[in-house]
Amino acid sequence: MIKFFKPSRNNLNRSLSIGFPLITLAFVDFFANTFLDTNLTAFLSDTLSYFFPLIIGTVGLYFIRIEFSGLRILDNFNKNVNSTSFNAILTLLIIFVLFKYVPSLLDWLFFDANFNGTSKEDCTSNGACWVFIKVWFKRFMYGMYPNPEQWRINTAFIILFALVGAAFFVPVKYKKFIILFMIFVYPIIGIKLISGGIFGLKWIETGAWGGLSLTLIVSAFALILCFPIGMFLALGRRSELPVIRYSSIGFIEIWRGVPLITVLFMSAVMFPMFLPDGTYMDKLMRVIIAITLFEAAYMAEVIRGGLQALSRGQYDAAKSLGMGYWRMHLFVILPQALKLVIPGIANTFLALVKDTPLIFVVGLLELAGMIGLAKTNPKWLGMAIEGYVFAGLVFWVICYAMSRYSQRLEKKLSTER
Amino acid sequence: MSNIIELKNVNKWFDKFQVLKDINLTVNQKEKIVVCGPSGSGKSTLIRCINRLEEHQEGNIVVDGNEISENTKDIEKIRAEVGMVFQQFNLFPHLSILDNCTLAPIWVKKLPKKQAEEIALSNLKRVQIDDQALKFPGQLSGGQQQRAAIARALCMEPKIMLFDEPTSALDPEMIKEVLDVMVDLAKGGMTMIVVTHEMGFAKEVADNMIFMDEGRIVEKAKTQEFFDNPKSERTKLFLSQIL
Repeated sequence: MIKFFKPSRNNLNRSLSIGFPLITLAFVDFFANTFLDTNLTAFLSDTLSYFFPLIIGTVGLYFIRIEFSGLRILDNFNKNVNSTSFNAILTLLIIFVLFKYVPSLLDWLFFDANFNGTSKEDCTSNGACWVFIKVWFKRFMYGMYPNPEQWRINTAFIILFALVGAAFFVPVKYKKFIILFMIFVYPIIGIKLISGGIFGLKWIETGAWGGLSLTLIVSAFALILCFPIGMFLALGRRSELPVIRYSSIGFIEIWRGVPLITVLFMSAVMFPMFLPDGTYMDKLMRVIIAITLFEAAYMAEVIRGGLQALSRGQYDAAKSLGMGYWRMHLFVILPQALKLVIPGIANTFLALVKDTPLIFVVGLLELAGMIGLAKTNPKWLGMAIEGYVFAGLVFWVICYAMSRYSQRLEKKLSTER
Repeated sequence: MSNIIELKNVNKWFDKFQVLKDINLTVNQKEKIVVCGPSGSGKSTLIRCINRLEEHQEGNIVVDGNEISENTKDIEKIRAEVGMVFQQFNLFPHLSILDNCTLAPIWVKKLPKKQAEEIALSNLKRVQIDDQALKFPGQLSGGQQQRAAIARALCMEPKIMLFDEPTSALDPEMIKEVLDVMVDLAKGGMTMIVVTHEMGFAKEVADNMIFMDEGRIVEKAKTQEFFDNPKSERTKLFLSQIL
């Protein structure tokens, strides 16, 4: 058929009158199968019947693939989705898969889901049991942090959001003060507020912290700390002084070479053995340090990539103006190198946030860890899917926000024409 | 007139390849020297040794009374007195033209921001791109960028200016605007060492010409004599090819 009949502008009408019915037939068969449970092509063999819409649809699309047909809509359609047989098959596949699975997914997520109730028994329909999330919500947010004290975590985060908001809206002149405050002063206030022990606030040990708030605390500290350490490691690896260079290389390669879960385990089990007797370091602090050093090694290599992308001329120019090593790097080299590797830095940051659930190995339960705990509760067995879908959604929101911010930053810092 | 730059028996190797062979050169204050020669002859390396962007292995280099060697403590101070202009401009692309010009005066010479900006604007005016001060390097033409680079070097108020093939990366139409700025600078009494193939420029401003080949200074002569009556055969050959 394909051999002796080639669709072209000359036989436009004939091509279209073969093509469109075939495509229509493909969709009718598909929809009848999906929504009406009737197999119009039952007389064919099973495999053939299953792929019938795809085959017929592809042949139909072949017939309407006419160059310069003169019909604007058809030309655009051919250019964008129907340019080759391969693209035609892909287009059909995507449409079929979407229509087959998205409705049932939506049913599970929303239309058949249970939102009301207080126990597993209230979940009667087939859909998701969001009651689980509702009942455990406070635990997922605050871990084992005692209920009457949870306002302290809320306050700490509200202050943080207020500061971030202020940093966006105040004039540029005051912006740097807010950012400095946020990096150097706020963490102390936040931690004191949450851990307590001063100003009559009840002391709450870090073992009780957990849930999303712990995810954010660990991520935030590790993010802020791993960046400068990574920067110094990157510079160190390019240093002309052998001692600095080789110790940087050694540090980076050792930390990059071990799995994070091992590092965390070491921080909990091995590290206290090296501490002198009587000294004690908080478990959370050890974990944050471990994650920081681990991610700093990755950060170092990302930043080194940026340093290497700069031309030698930039170094020459800075030197020829009389700048020494630190001024040259601070004002000329690093601003350009960091700008170049914003996508890489964002990558590392996202990976860091998503690595935080691993702190369960030392007994700290952040969001995913709390869900893992809740799903083993005898009254709530079988709620793993709901729990992890929720965790996935929360992590996705956090990571997507960070990703958007990095793109915004990239655009803002661009000085290309 | 006193010597401001003095090179004595300077030798330099890149690994085993000798790029500078027994270089002797004195430059007087306000003297303009143009260095020419085929590519790979060591011209750029020579002037890059003067502010120690390259290290020499043997011999002495004295700039404004300071010996330059690996023991030199304040190499930054000497570099601050020696302006340099590069073939590829090497402006800082993340800073505006004005910030390019004020960065070093503020952070190296510790000038107040306002004064640095005044100096920058007057230098940008001198090279006739003061109207582009707030643009970024990527928004300027090659000729404008090179003039901005000259202004940036001038903002440090250097005693010596080194030019490393400043017009080689430019469109023919833009070469003139850069050369005009350099001629103006020369007439203002700056000490200049210029590596270039622009012989018209050399004839107009150079006091002395240097011809280099294979790492040696083959010929050094007064400009008039160099062009009218070159002594070495190699120089004659070179001149016959480019003039």
